Amino acid sequence: MPVPRTLVSTMLHYALLVAIALVCAFPFLWTLATAVGTEGNVFAFPASFVPRRPSLANFVEVFRVIDIVRYYWNSIWITFWTVAWTVIVCALAAFPLARYRFRGRRLVFGIILATMMLPTEVNFLVNFITAAHLHLVNTHLAVILPTLAGAIGIFIMKTAFEEVPQDLIDAARVDGASEPFIFLRVMLPLARPQIAALVILTAVTAWNQFLWPSVVLTKSELMPLSVGILELSGTFGSSTRVIAAGAVLTIAPALLVFFFAQRHFMRGMEGAVK
Amino acid sequence: MTVAELPATAHDGVDRASTARRRGMRQAARPWLFLTPALALLALFTFWPVLAGTLLAFTEYNFLAPPKWTGLANFEDLAADPVFWISMRNSLLYLLIVPAIQVGAIVLAVLVNNSLPGIRLFRAAFYMPVVTSVSVVGIMWGWMYNEQGLVNAVLQALHVISTPIGWLTDDRIALFSIMIVTLWRGLGWYMVLYLAALQSIPKDLEEAAKLDGATRVQRFWRITVPMIVPTILLCTVLSTLSAMKVLEEVLIMTKGGPVSSTYTGLYYAYDQGIRAFNFPRALAASLVVSVFCIAVATLAFRVLRPRHR
Repeated sequence: MPVPRTLVSTMLHYALLVAIALVCAFPFLWTLATAVGTEGNVFAFPASFVPRRPSLANFVEVFRVIDIVRYYWNSIWITFWTVAWTVIVCALAAFPLARYRFRGRRLVFGIILATMMLPTEVNFLVNFITAAHLHLVNTHLAVILPTLAGAIGIFIMKTAFEEVPQDLIDAARVDGASEPFIFLRVMLPLARPQIAALVILTAVTAWNQFLWPSVVLTKSELMPLSVGILELSGTFGSSTRVIAAGAVLTIAPALLVFFFAQRHFMRGMEGAVK
Repeated sequence: MTVAELPATAHDGVDRASTARRRGMRQAARPWLFLTPALALLALFTFWPVLAGTLLAFTEYNFLAPPKWTGLANFEDLAADPVFWISMRNSLLYLLIVPAIQVGAIVLAVLVNNSLPGIRLFRAAFYMPVVTSVSVVGIMWGWMYNEQGLVNAVLQALHVISTPIGWLTDDRIALFSIMIVTLWRGLGWYMVLYLAALQSIPKDLEEAAKLDGATRVQRFWRITVPMIVPTILLCTVLSTLSAMKVLEEVLIMTKGGPVSSTYTGLYYAYDQGIRAFNFPRALAASLVVSVFCIAVATLAFRVLRPRHR
């Protein structure tokens, strides 16, 4: 759609945008207002959107009621290693797919594509059995391993490596560079923008993941924030305001990363779909 | 025969040939060395579950003894369980959100496909639910749907309803309340896909139509819509598949209640497996969902054709 020409239609356009944005943001705004405020009926409308006697008391209370520092640390730990290993595993797999001609290439490609068609959401059942047999239940390794080799990550890296000019690789080979050297010192540095996109996409996904960690981790002290936050809402007597503060603490990191790296994020998403 | 017995030249030749062969083998093995970690992980955590899960669905298995083949017994149990039929019906009902997502996401994409000041902020706002952990989404919407909660408060303030509605406690509407949450979570994601499609429409096409005097509505129906048909198909398939596999929202918000009214296919599988530890029955249920999903995906794959070769 072209940019609306007249002032009236521009105003209408904005009005519509604001209205929809309010619907989208409604639960967020209310949760934030509830977490910050300390007085009044939390469900009063529209009064509850303006926090009364704002303070950080509810946030302090979260630290008292649950071991949120531990949850934070677990989330950071899981996210960091998921991101690091995802980039390594996907980049390694994408390199030969992008730059080598070899027998079985199409087959491997088909296999990776097939993972996108299989209903992998149901895999958590057997993966739990596997984790139990490998004695991985209640370990962070079990949370990290199943997500590392993703078709999306491999495709993002493959597209990046395909854009590297062949002349550059040939020149490196003539200079006697080994294949690992080419991978590490030629391909990876040139794929930096796509790596950034993959890092951000993976980080947000890992931070937010809920189902698998909630299945494979039963001990509270191992849970990431996205699972642990439900402990808070299940804790007898914790008030709506304290839970709201916990919710804000849970989603803030992912939202901040998203807002500051929106460009990378969208590029990663588009790369994933193409 | 020892090497010493061979004439020097022949020895040379054998050595060179074997070195060359070894180098050739190393070269042939190289791609596979790079691929090994990814393929091993995919085999263990993606393909093994599909294979083992399918087989275990036809067995009796309780972790302690090896699985025992029982044929269709698990499926007969499923067929005899009314809750399973409720789950299947609910998973099909869930497909109602597919058209809603397409219309909503296209409208959003059209609204943000311009360079008005602040448009990036709006795009981010629409996308926010996508980057929010589902547990927090569930907690927030639990409050929204509370009897004294915000949804009732707003509707009462607007005089749409006179008495509060039990959005998650009335078994006739709880499923639809959860569907709205899924819609709210998904719109931003599909908006980005549609936005990418809109931005790939050549500008001169619009300009030419405008010169010919086509109105904005005509241009939308005659140019925009035909140009994004592949994306509409893709998004319809993707949202159909994810609607069939809804689980987390139910797990966090209602745990299948009230009176089993919000069980979905995969929530049933979760409940049977992770809560009741009846894995074969859980896998039988998830197999039913999977078969439907694979059928949809295969059909779609034929129609859409892969863009990767």
